[in-house]
Amino acid sequence: MNIKNISIAFVALFTLVLTSCKKNETVTPADEKGAFTLEFDNVVNGNPLVLETQNYTNANGDSFNVSVFKYYVSNIKLTKADGSVYSAPESYMLVDASKPASLLNSLNNVPAGDYTKISFLIGVDKERNLAGAQTGALDPALGMFWTWNSGYIFVKFEGTSPQSTATNKSLTFHIGGIVDPNNTIRTFSTSFSAANPLRIRADKKPQLHFKVNVASLFTGKQNIKFGNLNFTMGGANSVIVADNYADGLFQLDHIHN
Amino acid sequence: MKHIKIYLGLLAGLVLLYACSKREASKPAEEPIVFVKPANFPSPTYNFEGNPLSNKAFALGKKLFYDVRLSADKSVSCGSCHQQFAAFAQLDHNVSHGVNNCLGKRNAPVLFNLAWQKEFFWDGGAKNLEIVPVNAITDACEMATDLNTIVSFLKGTNPYPQLFTDAFGQNSITSQNLLRALAQFTATMVSANSKYDKIMRNPQQYAFTADEQQGYELFKAKCASCHQEPLFTDLSYRSNGLDINSADEGRKIITGLESDKGKFRVPTLRNIELSAPYMHDGRFNTLEKVLEHYNSGIQRVPNLDPLLKTGMALSTTQKQQIISFLKTLSDDEFIKNKIFSEE
Repeated sequence: MNIKNISIAFVALFTLVLTSCKKNETVTPADEKGAFTLEFDNVVNGNPLVLETQNYTNANGDSFNVSVFKYYVSNIKLTKADGSVYSAPESYMLVDASKPASLLNSLNNVPAGDYTKISFLIGVDKERNLAGAQTGALDPALGMFWTWNSGYIFVKFEGTSPQSTATNKSLTFHIGGIVDPNNTIRTFSTSFSAANPLRIRADKKPQLHFKVNVASLFTGKQNIKFGNLNFTMGGANSVIVADNYADGLFQLDHIHN
Repeated sequence: MKHIKIYLGLLAGLVLLYACSKREASKPAEEPIVFVKPANFPSPTYNFEGNPLSNKAFALGKKLFYDVRLSADKSVSCGSCHQQFAAFAQLDHNVSHGVNNCLGKRNAPVLFNLAWQKEFFWDGGAKNLEIVPVNAITDACEMATDLNTIVSFLKGTNPYPQLFTDAFGQNSITSQNLLRALAQFTATMVSANSKYDKIMRNPQQYAFTADEQQGYELFKAKCASCHQEPLFTDLSYRSNGLDINSADEGRKIITGLESDKGKFRVPTLRNIELSAPYMHDGRFNTLEKVLEHYNSGIQRVPNLDPLLKTGMALSTTQKQQIISFLKTLSDDEFIKNKIFSEE
C-alpha cells in the first residue's frame, strides 16, 4: 500500500460521496437532457425498398434492382429558433437496408429545448477518414472502408440492371473520397415548422422520420444511364452521384413529438 | 441511503487497494518498451496518441504479426512478407507472395521508421499507420481474409482472450484493438543505429572510409534531393523513368491525376543493402543494376521527375563509391534486435 494507492481509494470514495449528494439536489431546467430517434425509411421513388426481388426504374427509364444499400449519417447538428446550435458528439450512424435495427438510431443527452433545424453529413468527416483504427459504426470490419485508398465509403449501392454493360449486368456505386475535386462529403439540412419543432424533453422521446430515396442517386443534377455509368469507386463519377443525392436522398416525412 | 453508499465506497476502496498491491507483488521485472526519437531525426507523425505504448499491447502486436493462422489458408503472416533479416522486406521476392502461392503486384516494402511516414504503400493509398494492415489482411493475393473472421478467431483461440484483456481490458477483442496492437509493434521499429548514424551523432569517434566518404559526397550531389537525410526519403511521389508505359499506374490510382501516372513513393535507402530486390515491382536484384538504371536506363516518360531530365552520368568508380556509402546505412542492431524477432 503506497501513497498513490491510498489516494486512488480516496478519490473513489469522494466520487461516490459527491454523487450521492448531487442526487438529493433538484435538477435545474438548464441541465435537462433528452433523447430522440432518427428513423430512416428506405424507399425508391415512394415505394418501399425491397432488396433483391423488386424491380425499379430510374429517371432515365433503366430498370434496376438493389442488393446492397448502406450509408453513413454523421456529425448531427440541431439548431434552435434563436440560432444556437447543438453538435451531437460522436454521432456516427451506419444505416444498412439489410439490417432493420440499423434503421432506428437514438441520440441521447441532447439539451432540452425546441429545435427548428437538423443538419448532418451524408458520409464521414475528413478527420475521421484520416484517423487511426476506429470502432462502433466506423469499424472498418463493417465493409464501408476502402483499404487500397484508405477512407470510408459514404454511400454503397449495389444491384443489377439489364441496361448495365458490366459483367453480370452489375451496378456498383461506392461513393467516397475526401480530396478535392473528388470530395464527396455532402451536408444535408432541413427545417421544421415553428409550430411543430423537435421538442427535446427529459420525459419524451420524439422521432424524426426520414424517407431515404435510393433513386436520388441517379437523378437530380444529371440523369444516369446504366449503359454509360454502372461502376464507380471514388473519383469524378462518384462526384456526379454525390451531387445527385445531396439534396434528394433524405426527405423529412414527419416529426412525432 | 447515504451511509450505505459511504460503506460501499470504503469497500470499493479496500478492494482497489488489495487489487493494486497484489498486482505489484506479482509483476515481473521487465524492460519497458519505449519509443525514442533518435537525436538526428525530426518529430514523428505517429505519436501513439489514443494508443499508449505498453509492453502487453506491444507483445500482443508482435504475436499477431507473426501468426500465420490469421490468413485464409493459415500459411501467411505479416512476418512472411516482412522478414526481420531483410529489414522487414521480403528477400528475393520481386512481388509479395501470399496465400495459395498467389503473387501480388508490388514489392513488399521495408518496415521501420514508420512513425515518420505520412502515407503508406508504393502509391501512398493508406493514410494512417493503424489501418495499413487491413489492406494485406483483405487482399485476395495476400492474407485473403477479413477483420470479422480474424476477430472471431481471436475470441475463440487461447491465449488471445487473456492477452487482449491484459493489454486493453475486458471484452476488448475488436478490430480497433487488433490494429492498435499491430501499430504498437510496427511504430516502435526504429532503425537509426547504422554506421552513418553513428558518424552523424559522434563524428569524433566514428568516420567513413575514403570510398564511403567519396560516395557520401556523390550521394549528396546526385541522390539526396529525393532521398533526403536523415530518413533517406522526402516521402514524395516521383517517376524515375522505368517504363515508357507503366503497367502499374502508381500514384494515379489514388489521385486520379494523369500527371501522377507511373509515380511511386520515394523509398528510404536505409538498410538498402539488406532489402533487395528494388523498385516497386522488384525488377532490379542488385544495387549495381539500380545505379546503372540511373546512369543509362532512364526512359523519357512524360511524368519523368524534372531532377532526372538531364540524366545522371556515373562512372564505374562513382557507382561503387555510392554503393559503399549506401552500405553504411545498414543497421545490424535493428535487424538483430530480439525485441522484434519471432519467438
